[in-house]
Amino acid sequence: MIQTDQEERTAGPLVREITTTDTHPHDAVVANDLVKAFGGGSQRIFRRAKPAKKDQVMAVDHVSMRIARNEIYGVLGANGSGKSTLIRLLSTLLLPDSGTVGIFGYDVVRDERIVKRMLNRVSVEASFFKKLSPFENLMYATRLYGLTGASARREIPIALGRLGIAPDRMHRPLEQMSRGMQQKVAIARAFLTAPVFLLLDEPTTGLDPRSKVDVQEFVLQLRREHDATVLLTTHDMAEADALCDRIAILDRGRVVVEGTPEELKAQAASHDIPEPTMEDAFMVFTGRSLEEAEQDEEPAAR
Amino acid sequence: MGYGGELASPRKGKFTVAVFNPPGIAREVRASYAFVERNMNLVKRYWGWEIAFFLYTISSSLSVIYIGEAQDPARRGELVLTLGIGTLVWAYLRSVFDSISEMISWERWEGTIEYTFMAPISRLTHMLGTALFSIVYGILRTAALFVALALFVDLDLSRANFLAALVVTLVGSLSFLGIGIMASILPLWFTERGAEMTFMISAILLLISGVYYPISVLPDWLEPLARLSPATYFLDGIRRTVISGQGLAQLGDVLLPLLVMGVLSIPLGVWVFLRVETYAKRTGRLKRNG
Repeated sequence: MIQTDQEERTAGPLVREITTTDTHPHDAVVANDLVKAFGGGSQRIFRRAKPAKKDQVMAVDHVSMRIARNEIYGVLGANGSGKSTLIRLLSTLLLPDSGTVGIFGYDVVRDERIVKRMLNRVSVEASFFKKLSPFENLMYATRLYGLTGASARREIPIALGRLGIAPDRMHRPLEQMSRGMQQKVAIARAFLTAPVFLLLDEPTTGLDPRSKVDVQEFVLQLRREHDATVLLTTHDMAEADALCDRIAILDRGRVVVEGTPEELKAQAASHDIPEPTMEDAFMVFTGRSLEEAEQDEEPAAR
Repeated sequence: MGYGGELASPRKGKFTVAVFNPPGIAREVRASYAFVERNMNLVKRYWGWEIAFFLYTISSSLSVIYIGEAQDPARRGELVLTLGIGTLVWAYLRSVFDSISEMISWERWEGTIEYTFMAPISRLTHMLGTALFSIVYGILRTAALFVALALFVDLDLSRANFLAALVVTLVGSLSFLGIGIMASILPLWFTERGAEMTFMISAILLLISGVYYPISVLPDWLEPLARLSPATYFLDGIRRTVISGQGLAQLGDVLLPLLVMGVLSIPLGVWVFLRVETYAKRTGRLKRNG
């Protein structure tokens, strides 16, 4: 059914082909030397801030990356390593201090409105109006993305149904649902807006194993059916290994290594650990385990 | 630093991406309605709070109106009507002002603020939708309040010009939308207690605008401030249409200032809001907290 709706969108008046031009036509995302720091004294509203460098927390430190179209690109890092800041920079919610980000050739700052139409995000918190039902929340979200009321009323039950949410649950307040179910509604929200670039910020953190698998399957489905490019941040090394085409490990705001899961594990292999897991690879490249890294990282403002 | 770099370099490749929802007026109108529908659903879901706050408004309004009832019988009727209009108009203006100024604080509290700001809509669309809801909701709530108050006190409306009162209400609402938009920057700017800071603005307007007493009783230095408050003209206009039955032709000295204030305050509010939004994006203040 969703396929039908997608066809309708592709053929119907809601869709416009946006022609993008870039030096690298197969790149969905190009980030160049991206920097974002927080803190450092008062920041003025009506003039660009120049905070004192000594007090700043460097959240994203000269990060460059390329994500190919239809790729699932993983970003691994401890809490406070800069993953969420990076996602906010890519999703127009933060302005970079310096550097550029292009999404399908459009600059996230200069071409903000066009970029917004291409992306959506699923974050670790489901982020809904908790008293409203899944249906009411999704009506709101889809109208913001230009869907008509009639189309939304038709597509929302289909999308929720595919995620295992029964019709009688669609009209009850979201606060009565488990976290796993709420996260599925968040996935449905992203799916309904048909993003060509999807940002997943720890979407499976705190979910039970079954919900985790459901969400992972849906990510793959989204890529397959919507030709979506996905950036996924996660703490779950096995999940990254299974889902991602390529992975970057972020430590203290910097990309310390990038490659396919197999490449990273091969690079991390040693005499002591001839067949390392992604967890082992993480330790090799950051010098710490995930738990140790999380204890070391500055938690504020990242 | 600019945003040139690789994206600004000579372009060689070319491919297309099918993007859902192209921009356009119809899409923006639909998006505006999203805020109306969402807020209606929130009113429906928080019905307990709505009833409690409505009862509070009735009680506080009657507490003021009964001051009039206690006065000399010769002046009682007019005084009750004057105070009654004060409570009704103030309830309406507070409702409009709160709906707009809560635009940010509510979303921050729910944790949806980043999703709304990430949506491909103009901020004007966002504000228009919120404003439309606030006016419709404010008018309906005030009408219900009027009916409730009429059960307790005799409000003499025999000379009222309702059409002129409606025009004053709609024109007067414009400037309150502008002030509400400006007030809504406070929760964006001060992430912890910004919502509470908006009370300061409504408290000052209540003090200086002649809601329950003529502005002539204010100290000399406060009177000029009263003349800058749109609520002063709003109340004056409503009292003249309802108590004296004046028509639009006699209300130029009320409608013109209200119109000018509305026309100036809305773009000014939007401009200030956009500046603070940029600031919030620079400093990471859009994030959920609480």
